Amino acid sequence: MSLVSEMAALSRRRLLAGAAGLAGGLIVVRDASAQAVQPGAHQQVLDKAVGGKKAQPGKVKIRMPEIAENGNTVPMTVSVESPMTASDHVKAVHVVTDNNPRPEVGSFYFTPANGKAEVSTRIRLSQTMNVIAYAEMSDGSVWSSRAEAKVTIGGCGG
Amino acid sequence: MSTARIRLPATAKKGEAIEIKTLVTHTMESGQRRDAQNNVIPRKILNKFVCTYNGKEVFRAEMAPAISANPYMAFFVTATESGTLDFVWTDDDGSTIKESAKITVT
Repeated sequence: MSLVSEMAALSRRRLLAGAAGLAGGLIVVRDASAQAVQPGAHQQVLDKAVGGKKAQPGKVKIRMPEIAENGNTVPMTVSVESPMTASDHVKAVHVVTDNNPRPEVGSFYFTPANGKAEVSTRIRLSQTMNVIAYAEMSDGSVWSSRAEAKVTIGGCGG
Repeated sequence: MSTARIRLPATAKKGEAIEIKTLVTHTMESGQRRDAQNNVIPRKILNKFVCTYNGKEVFRAEMAPAISANPYMAFFVTATESGTLDFVWTDDDGSTIKESAKITVT
């Protein structure tokens, strides 16, 4: 994203902050019938995925729209800083959300043959929430990042 | 019936990391939705995706219901030799969707 568009997005976010607050009331009503979200469930999933290792912030970058109009299909790109050589590469990236009915999004397994540790996909978000990614490196270290997406129309509709 | 589409450059320079974009049609029924009679619609998703390059696994993904319908997946592979890339998606019911693409490395 260029600097100019980044700045434009920032001011747009300020403008829309009020509108998002209003929409929040509607989303809560809708969620009363949905499956309850277990707090901390996403952390359990991550801990299990990396075998309980501690994650340090950094190296991982999540690119998502700050405001996702349609929660059914939110584009997401996760990239990890790594030379991707046989001795130093990303082994896996685990992605979870903290407010979907189920926290898991996906696990992506890389090899040095990828040349670049980056994956793009489209995900479902039932409401505004954080997306958290853990990257497991070949040396055993774990790095993490999080990003928030504001969702105006949830992605769990029936 | 599901169909898969793959997009990658037909030719690449040796050592270049090329982007491979994949798109497959599938409802990815999350198991969270209810039908008109308020019964839960059972989960049915593609839960696994594997890409092999000349028979060797280079990229794999495990997918949860939070992956959108018609899963899109883009990733990189370093072009090392001419050959075939094979793509396999596995459904919850055990069936698979397969697609392959050729690449010429110069």
